This record gives sequence, structure tokens and C-alpha cells, in this order.
Amino acid sequence: MGYVAARGGVEAIEHARHLVRFYRLRGGSPPLEVRQIQDQFRLAVDKAMGEGGLYSPFHAALALKQTEGDSAEAALMLRAFASTCPRTAASCVVEPGEMHVLRRISAAFQEVPGGQLLGPSRDYTQRLFDFALAEERDVEVHAFLTEVAPRSARLQTLARGETGGLLALAYSSMRGYGDVHPTIGDLRVGWVPLRIRHPRDGTPVLVGRVLVTEAEVLARFGAADGNGGAPVFTVGYGLCFGHNELKAICMAVLDRAMNEPEGRAPAESEEFVLAHVDPVEASGFALHYKLPHYVTFQSEIDRVRAVQRRAARREGPRDAGR
Amino acid sequence: MRVAELAAAGAAARGYNFAYLDEQSKREVRRRLLKAVAIPGHQVPFASRELPIARGWGTGGLQVTLALIGPDDTLKVIDQGSDDSVNAVNLRALVTRTTGVWTTTDARDATIIQSRHRVPETDLTDAQILVLQVPDPEPLRHVESGETRRRRMHAEGDYGAMWVQLFEDVVRWGEVTAASGYPVRVHGRYLMDPTPIPRWDVPKLHRAETLYLFGAGREKRLYAVPPHTAVEPLEFDDLPFAVEEFGDARCRRCGSDASFLNASYDRETGERSYVCSDTDYCERRAAAALLDAEAP
Repeated sequence: MGYVAARGGVEAIEHARHLVRFYRLRGGSPPLEVRQIQDQFRLAVDKAMGEGGLYSPFHAALALKQTEGDSAEAALMLRAFASTCPRTAASCVVEPGEMHVLRRISAAFQEVPGGQLLGPSRDYTQRLFDFALAEERDVEVHAFLTEVAPRSARLQTLARGETGGLLALAYSSMRGYGDVHPTIGDLRVGWVPLRIRHPRDGTPVLVGRVLVTEAEVLARFGAADGNGGAPVFTVGYGLCFGHNELKAICMAVLDRAMNEPEGRAPAESEEFVLAHVDPVEASGFALHYKLPHYVTFQSEIDRVRAVQRRAARREGPRDAGR
Repeated sequence: MRVAELAAAGAAARGYNFAYLDEQSKREVRRRLLKAVAIPGHQVPFASRELPIARGWGTGGLQVTLALIGPDDTLKVIDQGSDDSVNAVNLRALVTRTTGVWTTTDARDATIIQSRHRVPETDLTDAQILVLQVPDPEPLRHVESGETRRRRMHAEGDYGAMWVQLFEDVVRWGEVTAASGYPVRVHGRYLMDPTPIPRWDVPKLHRAETLYLFGAGREKRLYAVPPHTAVEPLEFDDLPFAVEEFGDARCRRCGSDASFLNASYDRETGERSYVCSDTDYCERRAAAALLDAEAP
């Protein structure tokens, strides 16, 4: 069946929907519980919330279950869900200084005020398979748990950007297309309080806490205007939902790269970066080429044939068949 | 109590607002559309919301439709001329699930027609609105990659680069090779991408009876061609604009020689034949021919 059937588009879609469900379940293993995804696919949930621009671990986990782990599709679901929710309030500006820190490191200052806190990190582990995980049983899990207790728009766009997209552009800057050698001044993972103003008396009211990753990178320099032309360090800033260090660092690098006054590299162009890092837009457009293009292609054929005919007759203003 | 109202109430009861978007989002789209109508062919930025449809798959047209549609409307959705194309089916289903409106395939019965890459062959009236999905609203994209510079070019009516590209086409190939999405000048002012409709459809926009609305969801732009507005393709005096040629081909189903035809090839013999791209137009013609043949 072609996918522009004279009749049967409805039926084909219905079958496709059933097949998706079939392929998700055909292995016969017990269905994943949303709660399990939320708890054990912590970083995937955080990434989906960040790219989806909606802080809701439950919805992110459900989206990941429904999309079989496709992060771009999950982000799309979260954003579409957010479109149906009226915006009843805007939060007060979040103060990262109030962060309940889970992880905090500085590569610039060994004795950073407040100290370094390694937190949950795989950075200094060997990436060897832990084959024991293949046999992980309830008993062990329980035993373990009981033991342990106009920059705003740029930053918003980057915060919802795709991790991989930010990485590619930031990496290009690190490798010499542009020149940001970042030193990580501060990298922190933790919970920040979120407040909205009370509609009556305007006092800030705590409505919840969100997990964020925050990065500040230092880079040379710019001759600052107010410093007599002397070189100074400049700062790039990144903050995103959830525990996603790669994204926060790349965001900060790009934020800094885009401040380059005479930047020529792609990563230094605000227009270039911001228009191309959105996962929902980029993936949606890349995949839309699957849609039928019969009419447009027919129109292309018409033009190619017209040029071919002209070439055959050798009557173009120049030798058109070259 | 009317059926449409009952259905609409049913849709709302399932947890979504009438026509999916919340009312503030719809109002934003309508306000920007009013501006677009007031400045024909000008791209108006708007706060494009995400829909439960992939970006780039018709979310701009869909937001226009959702912002305009009411319980009394009758909707037609087509993709490249076909009512039954899978994406058209899916977009139509989203609108009907959240509004309960009647749908039709007959272009004469619809009050709102949402389309991708085709204008119906059937003449439309001033009681109808044609909503076109827009993959890329920017006609200057391929002559100028920078958005800031492109905006300046539009503001100053500086379309020299576009003319140069058409001229270079002629120098190199002997023809203007722009196929679908042929650049047009609206009301003698803004250069506009009419969306990837074939050149065949471009003359239908010129001084039309119908309001044409264009929605680009991913690129966050709306634009419009109000009724009776001049829409003129860019052309040289000695090399006039021309629509696609089909020679003496006819539709193998309805016999039409006055509609846009898609070629198809027989799997066994490789023989080429043509069929109308507009399935509604084609089916109504074929049905009428059948009735004529059976008439006593």
C-alpha cells in the first residue's frame, strides 16, 4: 500500500499505531512502570524535561515510555502537553545561590568557597561493564537504598536546546572554529527553590523545587570597555533542568562564544546557533522529508525536462548542456 | 442542542480545550493574522506553540486552523491534493477529536480548507478560507542566509539578489528553474514564497475571491493574501512565467486535461500515465461522467 492511498489512509494509520504497540511489547518482558523509568532512567528523564521545557519527571518518564526512549519525540510530547496548559503565573527569578547542592565542582579554583562536592558522578570511574547489573535483584537494591541517605531569550533557547546539538556546536568552538577554551569556574547540580508572587499581596510563595545543572565557564578575554583596554576574563553561563552536565557546560561555552564581538565561526553567530539547536524543530523538519512530495517532484521533473529539451535543441543563450 | 455542540462538549470533557490550544494562544494567532492580512505578503512573527504533531509536519497551518475554527465550520484537509494522504488524515483527526466539527472532502462544502502544497482545482468563494502549511516562509533564503540581512532586504524592498538569481538561472540553463514555491510579488510590495505549490497553482492566488492564510509553525511566521490582492510571479518581459506542461496528457481516471497531473508508472510495463493530484476534483468528475453514461 502506498502511503497516499486513494482510500485507506485512516486504516493504514490505525494499523501503524497497533504495530508500534506490538513492537514495544513483543519481547514479552514485564511492562516498564513509569515510576521505574522516573527512578532508574534519571538522566534520560532530566534530558527530556530540559529539551521539552517542562519540569515534570512523571510526564517525562511517561513520554519516554510511550516513545520507546526516543528523546526528541519525548520532548515533543512534553511541549505539546504544555501548549494545552494556560500560563497562570510566572515565577520569580531563580536565585542559584539558594541551591540545595548535590554536586559542585570548580576547575578554576581548587579552594572554591563552599568547597568541592563530587556528588553523583561517573567522571572518575572506569567505564567497564558491570555485568552484575544484568542480574540485579530486588534484595540488593533495597539493601543499597537503606545505606544512603535580550540574553534571557538566548539562554532560554539554549536551555531547551538539544544536548547533542549544543555539544556539536560548542565542540566546534573548542576545536578552533572560534576560540573558546573554557575553564570551568563552577559546575553545580542541585535543587533550587521556585517561587511565584502571590496574586493578592505580591509576596513570593514557594511552589516547589526543581533540579538544575548550572555551569559558569571562564574564558579569555575581551579588552573590556571599562577597563582601559586591558584584557579581562569573560564568563559564559549555562543552566538547564535536571542533572545534565554536558548540556550546561556546552550551553555556557556557546553563551560565551556568542559574545565574541567580531565572531566569524558558526558557534559565534547567535542567529546560527539559536536557529539550529532546537530538538523538536530540527528533528521535525528533518523527518518531514518522509511526507509525500509527489506534486513538488512532478514540478521539478517539468523543469528538468524543459532544460533538457532546450539543451537538445541547442538554443540556450549559452551552451546549456555543458 | 446541535450535534456539533454536543461533540464539542464531548471533546472538552476529554480534558482538552476546544480546538486543543488554550484561548490565549488562539488569540495570539488571530491577532497576528489580522496584522498579516493588513500587510499582504509580509511575514509576521508569532508565538508558535507546540502541537502533538511533529514540527515541520503542518503545525503552522494547524495553528491557524485551530485559532479560527468554530463549532459551525466544515473542515477539509488535503496533503498534496489528496484527502486520504496519511498526514492529512492525522491532522484532520486532531481537529475533529478536539472540536467535533464536520469534515468534508468536497472543496465546495468546506468553510476552512487546510492544505499542503496544493490549491484546489475547484474555484473557491469569499465564504471560504484556504490555510496553507508553510515549510519555509522565506523566499530569500537561498540568496541570503542571514536573517537580519534578509529582514532589511524585505524592509527596503531590495529584491535585486532574487532577480539576479533568476537571471543566472537563465544564463546557465536557458530557463528559470524554480519549480514549486515560485517567488511572487504581493500587492507590488513584498516578495513572498507561496509555499511549495506547483507553478500551476500560482495564478489562482492573483485577485482571488478567497482569503489565503499561511502558517509556518517551526519558523514562527504567519502571512496572508487577502481577497482581490495582486499576486504576480517574478518574470522577465521576454521570458514569461509558465506553469507546468503536460502536453496532451489526460487523467487516466476522469479524463481531465485541465488539472495538475501526477505521473505514475506501470510496475510491469513501465508505461507512464497521469492522474489528477486533486483527488476531490477527480472523483467528482469521474462520478459525474459515470452518471452521464448511465443516464437514459
